[in-house]
Amino acid sequence: MRNKTFFWFVAPSIIAMFVFIALPIVSVCVQSLFIEQPRVMIEAESCGPFGCDKELRVDEEATIKAQLAHPLGQFNGLGTYIDRNHLAFADIATRWQSTATIGEFFRSIVLLPFYRALAFTLTYAFVVTPIVISLGFLIALAVNTLPNLLKGPIIFTSLLPMIVTPLIGSLVLFWMIDANGVLGASLQWLFNDPNLSLKASIGFTWITLLVYGVWQSTPFAFVVFYAGLQTLPQDTVESAMIDGASRWEQTRYVVIPHLIPLATFIALIQVMDNFRVFEPIVGFNAEASAISLSWLIYNDLQGRGVQLFGSAAATSVMTIIGVSLLLIPVLRRVWHDFSRKR
Amino acid sequence: MSHPAQRQSVTLRLTLGAFLTIWLMLAVFPFFWTLWGSFKVEGDFFSRLDWRNGFLGVKTIAETGASFTGDGYVGAWIQNAFWRSVLNTLVVTFFVVTVSLTVGTLAGYALSRSTKRYAFWILLAALIFRAMPHITLVSGYLLPFFQLNIWGYLPTAIVVLVAINQPFTIWMLHSFFESIPKELDESAMMDGCSRFEAFFRVIIPVMWPGVVTTGLFSFLLAYNDFAVTAMLLSQDNQTMVPKIASFMGTTQVQGNVMFAVAAVVSATAPLFVLVMVFQRQIVSGLTAGAVKG
Repeated sequence: MRNKTFFWFVAPSIIAMFVFIALPIVSVCVQSLFIEQPRVMIEAESCGPFGCDKELRVDEEATIKAQLAHPLGQFNGLGTYIDRNHLAFADIATRWQSTATIGEFFRSIVLLPFYRALAFTLTYAFVVTPIVISLGFLIALAVNTLPNLLKGPIIFTSLLPMIVTPLIGSLVLFWMIDANGVLGASLQWLFNDPNLSLKASIGFTWITLLVYGVWQSTPFAFVVFYAGLQTLPQDTVESAMIDGASRWEQTRYVVIPHLIPLATFIALIQVMDNFRVFEPIVGFNAEASAISLSWLIYNDLQGRGVQLFGSAAATSVMTIIGVSLLLIPVLRRVWHDFSRKR
Repeated sequence: MSHPAQRQSVTLRLTLGAFLTIWLMLAVFPFFWTLWGSFKVEGDFFSRLDWRNGFLGVKTIAETGASFTGDGYVGAWIQNAFWRSVLNTLVVTFFVVTVSLTVGTLAGYALSRSTKRYAFWILLAALIFRAMPHITLVSGYLLPFFQLNIWGYLPTAIVVLVAINQPFTIWMLHSFFESIPKELDESAMMDGCSRFEAFFRVIIPVMWPGVVTTGLFSFLLAYNDFAVTAMLLSQDNQTMVPKIASFMGTTQVQGNVMFAVAAVVSATAPLFVLVMVFQRQIVSGLTAGAVKG
């Protein structure tokens, strides 16, 4: 294909990606170096029935004027990155000195917002992914043994948790685990504890979110494995049978090796996607017990009153760095495939 | 499967059956329960006394005189103007799907036909872009959009969603076009067609299966999005998902949780129909990247 024709074909797509994906990343990097203007204060005399007082007030007009003159705010360098709401180096240093044991030190670090979010995000990504892969594999194996007539409806049902909007899926489960909801009430009855509430404790909330994550992502792993099973080389399976391999041995030595590349693919995609976990925290109203990096950004931007662009941008940059680290194996794989093809 | 060694023992069969039944219950029961409960009153859906009330609708009969009630739907659609969000969602998804497919088809086709190294770099960049969490991009948009005074409008959200959709769209269409033999358009060009003419006359007629599959996923992305639409649209222009999220704040205070339940069911129903009709395309789309790579 000639360069010029190629250019005209790809131009609209490239421009869209450049303006709305590449530039925002740059914009986030720049914004993270600035911090909101402090409000302009003026001293005003307020007189009441008990005489006059001098007090400091926000000069709205001057504040807005200053904001319009410098929409980005004041230059702050890397200040936002190391403040208390992000990497919090100063707090870590004092906690290092004030805590006696390593365990206590980590427990106090995890109370800082950024580390709290990081701890949950990483736990979510690395706990949900392996469970999703094993559960998806088992479901695929089970569905594959069924008669064809049943396969269609079962695949339809299995796809539902994945296709439904994440926020809606988490709301549906959230209502069910409510102390008065069908699951919450059943659990109370099962454990004979009328005060049992999945929303109240940090541990239960984490488990609920992880279970939601597995529920939502398992269909993807199932479908990929199921498609992989359809391409299973039948002659290998047959020769294994002739050699007297049991069902378990066939699975262990024929099926699993055939599906390993797919498992790697699912793992790479899932870890990356789960690292972005966000909607369930909103849906489950879980921010008191569990927050993620994406939720921190959302919270800064949503800001009741003031939107903290600098703070959101700094968290965004660090999230992007995290995603990039997780991307390295994916890119290496693509690079490998590409070089092999040429 | 008549081969004796592949026949299953009864125990294995029962275990597999039980396992699958549990999974299917987990997958479908939450939706069934919510659909059923959306026609009841709050006292039944969140039943303090007995979960069976949710099925039987004891309080619903006591309060409304019938075992099913549409009060939740009336409250959500009319009282809280959910119909407006439905219209907004229709507009957003329609334009996102058509624009991203038009733009993505051209790019995907060119990328599949180019043998140059830069085509690979574009795909690699797209892969990196696809991995970016949407909320980090949103935090890059907000300030410039406020400055340019384009925050809050539907077209802004549509353009942003199209762009966010592009990496995935061009990857999927690129691998689809690779499966269409090059000889097809090359022979048309031998007969004197230009590249564009060859694309319009020869490729477009045969590309629909791949385009439909890609379109489905574009639709799902636009329909299911929360981060972009929640942050970039003003109150009046909100689509369904952010509207439901904002319901949660207000309805819980006013004791109108059933409005939110009805809205959730209304937003889920089209997805069910979609999966029912396009199940095969969805499955093939999900596996396209995996089985080949």
